[in-house]
Amino acid sequence: MGPLKNNISVALIGNPNSGKSTLFNALTGLNQKTGNYAGVTVDKHYGSYKFKTQDYTITDLPGTYSLYPKSIDEEVACKVLFSKEEGIDVVVIVTDASSLKRHLLLATQVVDLKKPCVLVLNMIDEANKNNLTIYKEELEKLLDISVVAVNSRNKEGINDLKEAITKAKISSAIFYDFEKQMQLFPQATSYQTIIESAVKSNEAHSEQLKQYELSDNIFRFSKINYIIAKCIKKPEQLNKNITQKLDAFFTHKIFGFAFFFLILFIIFQFIFYVAEFPMTWIEGGFANLMNITSSVLPKGQLNDLIVNGVLAGISGIVVFVPQIALLFFFIAILEDTGYMARASFILDKIMRRFGLNGKSVIPMLSSVACAVPSIMSARTITNWKDRMITILVTPLISCSARLPVYTLLISIMFVGHHTVGILNFQGLVLMGMYVLGFAAALIAAYILKRILKTTEKSYFIMELPVYRMPQWQTVTMLVFSKVKIFLFDAGKIILAISIVLWFLTSHAPADNFEVLEKNAVANNVSEQDLNAQKLEASYAGILGKKMEPAIKPLGFDWKIGIALITSFAAREVFVGTMATIYSSGDSENTETLREKLIAQKNFETQQPAYTNAVCWSLLIFYVFAMQCMSTLATTYRETKHWKWPALQLVFMTGLAYLSSFLVYTVLG
Amino acid sequence: MVTLDNLKLGQSATVREFTDDFLSLKLTEMGCFPGEVVKLTNIAPFGDPIAIEVSGYQLSLRKQEAHTVIVERI
Repeated sequence: MGPLKNNISVALIGNPNSGKSTLFNALTGLNQKTGNYAGVTVDKHYGSYKFKTQDYTITDLPGTYSLYPKSIDEEVACKVLFSKEEGIDVVVIVTDASSLKRHLLLATQVVDLKKPCVLVLNMIDEANKNNLTIYKEELEKLLDISVVAVNSRNKEGINDLKEAITKAKISSAIFYDFEKQMQLFPQATSYQTIIESAVKSNEAHSEQLKQYELSDNIFRFSKINYIIAKCIKKPEQLNKNITQKLDAFFTHKIFGFAFFFLILFIIFQFIFYVAEFPMTWIEGGFANLMNITSSVLPKGQLNDLIVNGVLAGISGIVVFVPQIALLFFFIAILEDTGYMARASFILDKIMRRFGLNGKSVIPMLSSVACAVPSIMSARTITNWKDRMITILVTPLISCSARLPVYTLLISIMFVGHHTVGILNFQGLVLMGMYVLGFAAALIAAYILKRILKTTEKSYFIMELPVYRMPQWQTVTMLVFSKVKIFLFDAGKIILAISIVLWFLTSHAPADNFEVLEKNAVANNVSEQDLNAQKLEASYAGILGKKMEPAIKPLGFDWKIGIALITSFAAREVFVGTMATIYSSGDSENTETLREKLIAQKNFETQQPAYTNAVCWSLLIFYVFAMQCMSTLATTYRETKHWKWPALQLVFMTGLAYLSSFLVYTVLG
Repeated sequence: MVTLDNLKLGQSATVREFTDDFLSLKLTEMGCFPGEVVKLTNIAPFGDPIAIEVSGYQLSLRKQEAHTVIVERI
């Protein structure tokens, strides 16, 4: 290595499932950060440690199987190695000691890049348990770099690795297919130049390179076979019984699905019911904080902005944390134990028809609770197109925020007892709304599958890793980083929109509010009625009236228009806004609101305003419409482009408009 | 000579060649290359995808993908 820099940059590279993240955690402890790679949706994990007075920065690259990238994650991993800004000094190649053969492909490619590197035999404890003997010195000799055996779980060998990094050297061994290179790339001076120019160019790989890749892979494995024969002594009978037995259960046609549904049931219980408690605490805590702040600060515009704009906005962001944390807690365990790959394995055939992937199932079903954590969890889908489709269609599935809206509307339509046999009609309609959401999501996926274009090839060639106990530190770190990403990346967009919404509902042109207030004092108007008058006079009210012509074909008046605008903060706000407009007081008590809505007469016709046609139309509108700024912000964060949330907004709300129009025309 | 999707559960075979250019790249980098012995270890409940043992680990792939791998039964 060259002269000492004040900070040595180390990159961890390895196959997915090589235990890279656990090793990264063991090296950095809590000194780690999450960022983004420019222009792509891949998260960057980096951290630091000090060893013998020297500072090291360490980057955990996305998992990759080779230096010929086949996915966006893999492309990032390869690009970083050559990036000037990253300036990687040492590459640590992480391999699974029990499955060295496949891992050595990437290892030999990296060795050929002629950068200082070190090879880690990770999870050495498992190899020992399987009675594998690895002759480390022999391997060092053949690869001509230092090889360190590490058990990242109990940090055995971590110090040896840190020591080896200080002495990392460039190998003089060569593994690439030299003859083929001379034939296909006569002008290339080394393997490194071929890979570097391939990685840096954004064009589709040339025929030449593909030809080279195939012959190079095969050539490397012939050398790897030799290395394996020299360095590894396998027992007569490999101990794979546990994985085999577990597979027989987890991929069984009855037990396998039964277990999967049990897992789903548990996740549902947690993100629906258990998350409810911390969510109530958060909302209660913020309500108190808002009360205190509002009484401590001097009255006025600023007070209102801080309390009802900023604090209310932050409360609306933080309230998502329990669901996100819980969902990722389970997903991390499912991934870490190796179960997730089995779930994909048994579900792939069903999901494939809709352009989805076995791994889309958990994100899609979790969105019955909330689309925000679901969209974030689509990150586990490695294929770009499948992931985009999952993200785009997931918000069509009815989330828990729609439930209060459904309940209110259904209770208006079916006053009294309506039963079909032993079935309750209200329950039936409610279920119908959920079915409608699911159907729309699947159909949309099916259509998007045909529309979305990608250069990335779709395939389902996936490793089924051996089962392992979950690593609690890895699980915690993942949960922590997901929560942080949501709070700070999606959070700032949500906060900005909530402040705009606050402004729209709490401000009016000129001195309209003052006039209303004076009038209220003079005529003894109740506070509820005053609030209703103010909302009508506010910018949101004006907007609601302005958009009335546009929503009239759906059977909606300006009052519903206002509620459509405000429920952009969260769909359940619809109920609260309607309560304010009809000055029925407390939004918790929907009984009075329901009665008021039923009693409401249409101004022109003097017929009931909330006819079945209006209610059905509104119900359908809420099933389909993209009425949630948090979902849009999260989609932006996860896709890194405004065109995707814009597409969601246009196609969902467009679908909602057309469907409601149809329903209202037929019934009205 | 048959294609990989025609193996029976528990049957082993030697990989001979590939019929799809892109998949051959992905498969070789996953350790499934000509000369290597593979064994069919699992079939998903609906008959697809399948899992094979190759290079010392388990790999799952769809039948249509396995169809591009020509193997020789042992």
